[in-house]
Amino acid sequence: MRRLQRIWNSDVGYSFRTSPVAMGAALVALLCVFSAVFAGWVAPHNPFDLATLDLADARLPPAWIADGSAKFVLGTDDQGRDILSALMYGARISLAVGFASVILSVIIGVAFGLLAGFLGGWVDAALMRLCDVMLSFPAILVALLIAGVGRAVFPNAPDNLALGVLIVSITLTGWVQYARTVRGSTMVERNKEYVQAARVTGVTSLRIMRRHVLPNVMGPVLVLATIQVATAIITEATLSFLGVGAPPTSPSLGTLIRIGNDYLFSGEWWITIFPGLMLIIIALSVNLLGDWLRDALNPRLR
Amino acid sequence: MNTKQHPASADAPAAAPSDRQSDTMPAAAEPLLRVKDLVVEFPTRAGTLRALDKISFDIAPGEVLGVVGESGAGKSLTGAAIIGLLEPPGRIAGGEIVLEGQRIDNLDHEAMRHIRGRRIGAIFQDPLTSLNPLYSIGRQLIETIRTHLPMSEKAARARAIELLQDTGIPAAEQRIDHYPHQFSGGMRQRVVIALALAAEPKLIVADEPTTALDVSIQAQIIALLKKVCKDRGAAVMLITHDMGVIAETCDRVAVMYAGRIAEIGPVHEVINHPAHPYSAGLMAAIPDITIDRENLHQIDGAMPRLNAIPPGCAFNPRCEHSMDRCGRERPELLAAGPTRAACWLHAVDAAT
Amino acid sequence: MALVQANDLAMSFDVSPPWLNRVIERTPRLLLHAVDGVSFEIEKGKTLALVGESGCGKSTVARLLVGLYEPTRGSFQFDGANAHATYQSAAGLQLRRRIQMIFQDPYASLNPRWVVEDIIGEPLTEHGLITDKTALRTRVEELLESVGLAAQDRVKYPHQFSGGQRQRISIARALATQPEFLVCDEPTSALDVSVQAQVLNIMKDLQRRLGLTYLFISHNLAVVRHVSDQVGVMYLGRLVELANKQELFANPRHPYTRMLLDAIPKMHDTGRARTPVQGEVPNPLSPPTGCAFHPRCPHANNRCHDERPKMQMIAGVRIACHAVEENRI
Repeated sequence: MRRLQRIWNSDVGYSFRTSPVAMGAALVALLCVFSAVFAGWVAPHNPFDLATLDLADARLPPAWIADGSAKFVLGTDDQGRDILSALMYGARISLAVGFASVILSVIIGVAFGLLAGFLGGWVDAALMRLCDVMLSFPAILVALLIAGVGRAVFPNAPDNLALGVLIVSITLTGWVQYARTVRGSTMVERNKEYVQAARVTGVTSLRIMRRHVLPNVMGPVLVLATIQVATAIITEATLSFLGVGAPPTSPSLGTLIRIGNDYLFSGEWWITIFPGLMLIIIALSVNLLGDWLRDALNPRLR
Repeated sequence: MNTKQHPASADAPAAAPSDRQSDTMPAAAEPLLRVKDLVVEFPTRAGTLRALDKISFDIAPGEVLGVVGESGAGKSLTGAAIIGLLEPPGRIAGGEIVLEGQRIDNLDHEAMRHIRGRRIGAIFQDPLTSLNPLYSIGRQLIETIRTHLPMSEKAARARAIELLQDTGIPAAEQRIDHYPHQFSGGMRQRVVIALALAAEPKLIVADEPTTALDVSIQAQIIALLKKVCKDRGAAVMLITHDMGVIAETCDRVAVMYAGRIAEIGPVHEVINHPAHPYSAGLMAAIPDITIDRENLHQIDGAMPRLNAIPPGCAFNPRCEHSMDRCGRERPELLAAGPTRAACWLHAVDAAT
Repeated sequence: MALVQANDLAMSFDVSPPWLNRVIERTPRLLLHAVDGVSFEIEKGKTLALVGESGCGKSTVARLLVGLYEPTRGSFQFDGANAHATYQSAAGLQLRRRIQMIFQDPYASLNPRWVVEDIIGEPLTEHGLITDKTALRTRVEELLESVGLAAQDRVKYPHQFSGGQRQRISIARALATQPEFLVCDEPTSALDVSVQAQVLNIMKDLQRRLGLTYLFISHNLAVVRHVSDQVGVMYLGRLVELANKQELFANPRHPYTRMLLDAIPKMHDTGRARTPVQGEVPNPLSPPTGCAFHPRCPHANNRCHDERPKMQMIAGVRIACHAVEENRI
């Protein structure tokens, strides 16, 4: 409790309280996350329960247009699924993939960065070359490759595995920027006297890395991670749009966009536009939050 | 008693004893720089902080005034305010700065730009960052000269070489085209001095010019600064925390504490007979290379933070002579023999 | 027998350009001889001060003694045993209990994310000296009070303290394991004068009470005069003069010592003409031949140019200078 108070009263907390953009973005992001997490309770329908679907409800427009019904506020898609509910469930998949891949990237990237920065020498050289190699692949290409290989190896894979493959493929290219940033900060901290003092006391290198250096290099990582959540979600959407992402039975926002794409020119615009809007809102609010965080943390870092 | 008398007061008739030996300007000589009741404030989210609280002092033409104080006392800020390089959100909130009879604290950016360099030169602490690493020093010198003086490129170059020779750079004709990284620390500081003198300013503000240098180089740079300024009749405002440097270079010294001047007077008087308890404590706390002492005198406590300056005299909580009045009224600079000290101990009406 | 004995300590750093560059440009390996043969002893309970300007290697000597570096030559005996051999062995941790260090920068020597209690308590937990939480807390409070801070300060973060107070916390941390030998690397250089006085007084007081032995590194000869018993003057990685404090200040023999004492701006002895110093410290990567000081020395002769002077005992003072040895000055 005291820690939360300290954060609220700190310079960063003050910066947050006085920035309408940051507070607005945080609110929106929280709303999206909330509705995604509690989709089961919040959503008016369950669009993936085949028993409740009725083809007669298919392709209904949003409620404010003629022919629409209040039962399906944002309309329905070709299978009679409520778009609003599909948005919530879809956001759930997108956010889950986004957060999971970022968390994994952070763990791998920070670990590699710490090792490279602290140990130096050939460890540093080897890890940095690995980073260079990973960076030379475009993320989408890597994801396509892994997804394709995954499908070939596990043709009848359950949905969870497909999501797992998706998360892995986004992580594989995402960890590099954390490694680089952390490596730079670690090299700076390594020469600081509190690290030398710990060495003089006899603390092992591993403990120094974990207990002394790590808390001091996490600042920029936090900023990067926040912004990368948005990137990860968009990457996931792209992959799903291309058909190698989330499976159609548990569609993410990207899948919904793809599904709706086919109906765009027949006039049923709501099937693709609303998922698209939701994607933009999530990505934008997370991005704005990340921007604010970078500025709030920056002068303190100096 | 070697009170270094600067030319002006040596000529002035000994009107009253206080006049000749004091640090107040004889009415005849117009001070080069007059700072009167200067206030510098920093608006922060916790309220407005007064970093400089009614500072007043004069610098006579050709005089070397030392400004000494510990961190947070405001000496660098005073220099920055005079040059007009206060970092926002800091701003001058009161008082005036008058250079050669002209007010300079309220000038706009463009007007101040003409003053800087031409009439006021600046030397900063770190020679590494004072010079642009991408341009040769000749280029930087010539640029400064031509900005302020109407000269052709050739004439400016000749003048730049002359300046480098004056500041003791060997082989100036070749080295003028070298880049800053090709010079050592001491050499770079000489180049910075040359840059500061390039447009023949009347006043040089030097902020810790020798702190980043080795001891043996320090001595060279101090000697150089004294010589070139004396040759050109330029006054120097030397800001530093090193009393040894002050003792060897300055004519008068101002001791600052918590944004105020605690004492100001001829340098040897302040060092040997300090009138303000803080100056006395400071002089006693400095380890002296000429004598052995068991324990250094220490002033208990610490300089108050800007948001916690006590009422009345800022030093009173730490002062052994503090009286009732000290906690209520802030003392002005009062005459205390040859110096002036902001301390009620020297009030003409007996202490309460 | 002296508690601390350094014999011909030397440390060289390989600052060569990367291997590929060396092969292509055919440049040889570049070695920086930061410390080039330094020998001294410190008796228990005494203070040896090492002074010199930048690049003289005094900080490297400090780091050699606490085991942050391993010497490329020479040895350092602590309490009769070879310290570096011990540092590598299993008994290394024990040795680190007895030797501790205080650093120059009060802002970088404390981890900004740790509370003071953890900072001071770390050596205790690391060495397993105190495991019980309450006992640890009591000991930390004791240490804080011994350096003039309050017991409640243990829950605060470093940024809530001033420079002088942080330096005291560093001292408290160094004293946690009850060491016998403290290496102090310019502990007051970053502090204001009045704060410096406080910290130096505390250090002297602790030395008296706890019988500590100090190696005090500084560039400030006035401070050195105040704290030391013996003074060693270093120049470009070599010791040029080593003498008792009184002797060194009253009667400096080596030309560099004389120059240094002469060059310091003095508060009280003023108006006196000084011979300004010539030249600057040469690049440590390419030190002069023979005596490192000879290019700047007014008494240098050919022998000084060719032959490196050995450290000799002359009139009770250890000095490495041909001119002194030959009685020329």
